[in-house]
Amino acid sequence: MSIDKKIVDDLVANDVSFVTTVPCKQLAGVIEEVEAREEIFHIPSNNENEGMGLCAGAWMGGKRPCIIMQNTAIGVTINTLATLTQFYRMPLPMLISYRGELREPVSCQVEMAVHTKALLDQLHIPTYHFHRESDADELDAILKYTFMCNKPVAILTDASFWGGYGDQ
Amino acid sequence: MIRSEILRDIAPILRDQLVVCNIGLPSQELHMIDDQPTNFYMLGTMGLSSSIGLGLALAQDKIVISIDGDGSVLTNLGTLPTIANNVTDNYILMIIDNGSYGSTGDQPTYAGMKTKLEKVAEACGCENVVVCQDVDTGKILQAAIDSKKMTVIVVKCDSGNIKLPVITMDPVVIRDRFMKAVAS
Repeated sequence: MSIDKKIVDDLVANDVSFVTTVPCKQLAGVIEEVEAREEIFHIPSNNENEGMGLCAGAWMGGKRPCIIMQNTAIGVTINTLATLTQFYRMPLPMLISYRGELREPVSCQVEMAVHTKALLDQLHIPTYHFHRESDADELDAILKYTFMCNKPVAILTDASFWGGYGDQ
Repeated sequence: MIRSEILRDIAPILRDQLVVCNIGLPSQELHMIDDQPTNFYMLGTMGLSSSIGLGLALAQDKIVISIDGDGSVLTNLGTLPTIANNVTDNYILMIIDNGSYGSTGDQPTYAGMKTKLEKVAEACGCENVVVCQDVDTGKILQAAIDSKKMTVIVVKCDSGNIKLPVITMDPVVIRDRFMKAVAS
């Protein structure tokens, strides 16, 4: 089974039925799989703040949400995470493409990568780092944990996890 | 009319609907005028009233009204294409357009200058965009509810604020009673 399919299977198995995304090369296969599943309503966002607002509304409407984004979005969404998701105690699994790690070809991506874990730590956001493909075995447990504790939870997936950037 | 007068005017209509209310004075005013479990008050996060309301409308069948401001829509202008391209007929976005940032002291917004949010909404693909004057808000809002069509209403009104207290209700209490009202 492809890793993309496995990830989306875990979302569906945990009753995640509202997924918002911004485009990402590493997560393109997951996003395609999300779009293809009947169990999931997929709504692309123009930025991640908007996406977190959509997720907050969907959760209050009875659907389990998920946001798929890049780690640069942590810089964009700190206020929303603190004053909406955390302040009102809402669950939000964040499946994150961790750009700027080993095998990264674009130097500017490293500039946010070096801040990513520190920012998540400062925000007291539980953070899991997928480096090897087998790390994704924990996704099911991470999703259960997220909806148990009503917190935003970060799942960082780096280039090694995805097998590098290919010809880029 | 200023925003608080409009909210007082339309409170009997809002009372029966799920309302997501914008940060700052709009939420404080609605809370003072007619606090209801069906009101979700935003205590922070400027700009996301329309997004929260859209997510809520997409997730369940009851009518949802997002009360937003011109300044807040400008903050999150990307919301309008998302609304336009994800039509859900139980959703109404009501933008109270007083051409100013009311909660911070009535500094002018670009919507009060050259920018026309109704035209932006139309250009983004929103199909039912209605502009109205403050005194007609109730009539237009009721018509939008009765139409069962997703509608964006831009209410033109005067800038100005009343003195009133902040909301001291705990956010988790606001959210919990709102979710119970949504589910009931």
